[in-house]
Amino acid sequence: MKQDLYAVYSIWLREMLRFFRLKSRVVGSIAMPFFFLAFLGTGFGGGMSMPGLSSGVGYIGFLTPGIIGMTLLFSATFAGLSVLWDREFGFLREIMVAPVSRISIVLGRTAGGMTTGILQAVIILAAGILMGMAMPSLTGFLLSIVFMVLIAATFIGLGLAFASKMTDMSGFSLIVNFLIFPLFFLSGALYPLDRFPSIVRQIAYLNPLTYGVDGLRYSLIGSSAISPAVDLAVLVVVCIVMLSIGAYLFENTEVK
Amino acid sequence: MDISNEVGPANELQSADILAEPAISLHSLTKEFGSMVAVDHVDLEIRAGELFGLLGANGAGKSTIIKMLTTMLKPTSGSARVWGHDLIEERNAVRSSIGVVFQDPSVDNMLTGRENLDFHGRMYGMDGPLRRDRIDEVLRLVDLADKALLKVEEYSGGMRRRLEIARGLMHRPHVLFLDEPTLGLDAQTRRYIWQYIRDMNKENGVTVVLTTHYMEEADALCDRVAIIDNGKIVALDTPEKLKDMIGSDSVSLDVQSGADVLIQSLQRFPWIKSATPVNGTVVLLVDHAQQRIPEIMLEANKCSAVVTSVGLHKPTLEDVFLKYTGRKIRESNGSANSAMTMMHRRGQ
Repeated sequence: MKQDLYAVYSIWLREMLRFFRLKSRVVGSIAMPFFFLAFLGTGFGGGMSMPGLSSGVGYIGFLTPGIIGMTLLFSATFAGLSVLWDREFGFLREIMVAPVSRISIVLGRTAGGMTTGILQAVIILAAGILMGMAMPSLTGFLLSIVFMVLIAATFIGLGLAFASKMTDMSGFSLIVNFLIFPLFFLSGALYPLDRFPSIVRQIAYLNPLTYGVDGLRYSLIGSSAISPAVDLAVLVVVCIVMLSIGAYLFENTEVK
Repeated sequence: MDISNEVGPANELQSADILAEPAISLHSLTKEFGSMVAVDHVDLEIRAGELFGLLGANGAGKSTIIKMLTTMLKPTSGSARVWGHDLIEERNAVRSSIGVVFQDPSVDNMLTGRENLDFHGRMYGMDGPLRRDRIDEVLRLVDLADKALLKVEEYSGGMRRRLEIARGLMHRPHVLFLDEPTLGLDAQTRRYIWQYIRDMNKENGVTVVLTTHYMEEADALCDRVAIIDNGKIVALDTPEKLKDMIGSDSVSLDVQSGADVLIQSLQRFPWIKSATPVNGTVVLLVDHAQQRIPEIMLEANKCSAVVTSVGLHKPTLEDVFLKYTGRKIRESNGSANSAMTMMHRRGQ
């Protein structure tokens, strides 16, 4: 048990060392959401008012939780998929041959991915506030962290599941283009859900990120399309399911 | 986060401790990849304290055996025990008994040498002071103490391999697996690594299982060698006995004139097993040939045969391999399989 805790810490620590060692990766991972926020926020913001927004919420206030969701979606999925890098460069063997429970390996990765994801999300939040979003209350901020944790864990599980089934990096761009981007666009991160055609809206309701972004909006700007209790309940369930699938597939992965 | 207190002992026991069974035993162990049988019902016992070699061409199945024994791959059928633990049922117990040096690089290039070892120590439950001691110890052993704070991406191939060996030893495993430990290394580094392997086997009593396709490596290092071909063990014994099975040494004499007389007079000696002319060369089959060469030369002098050069060939594991597999190991390495292995490594 103690050794397993040590393993979680060890894997988390490695993720931290790697993340902060590659300055370009820190900048790169934060740049895309930042540009989305800056260009969409200032472009659509200002004088334009967006139908469907509750009064008193500017577009930047609406957009920031969405971009936080995007940041978490990308960084968490990539954190799960980073198993692929370890497979490619051999380090996965060093991890898999260690005498620790497989679940502690999954937990270590999840903790690492969560930490880096939430760190980036908070930077985006700060950027949103600088661009004119209203300051959230402390309880709102703390609640948003809960949602961030759940979103991160969900998509780390997703990335882990894919990485456990893939033997090389060739499917990586497929996953980015046909999974991550659709999940992002179909989540209500950029515009209110009721502006989607109804068929698309139905699909959006199957997307866990939709509930994550909605929950973040409730926490940070106090307005949401779905009940925050529903958001929380759906996310908790999906998060547990996704992490379990990811952990199960990872446990049974073979290292050639 | 402080969890550094009383972490379990990291295999303080040494391999010299008595084990009531072989260090490793395989029972009909089999691995299939689709319709390809990579390892075919292999039975094998490796004794505690042995330095054991699996010799075979690329794709013969030796690495697959190692990957199963180190829990990287699951056997299709059959069973095995490693240091008293069942390979299927007690995977974590097997894992804590073994150390592995993989064929392909498995260190994190973005971390320093010391950080890689630190990671390893934590994964094996060592607390801070113990980790520091062991890291210093193994870094000295492989002569990397002054490079410990460099990122591994700045290491040469030989340094990386040494770091991996240091890591494999750090938790003092009972059994150390080395998959092609000297592949692609220069001659000098190879000799250093041979020396490390010998030392830890003889001085620390670590049971060592290594795979190689270098004949001279198996010959120089191993107490016993198993020759693997097409997923099966085709021969198993000490290198000496394997070579003895091939038979006598051969002496070849380039004879300018008087070959016939020489052959006739040499055939009187009981220790000459055969003497045959082959294109102007006389080939003699002789036991302990190096002791007989003076006598042979004396005899040549007596019957006035003019010998221009003498060659001595002792059976090598290469000959043994040839006998059991019907081909030379270097020929069989030129297969598509090894080309694929090379391509696979390109990204590292």
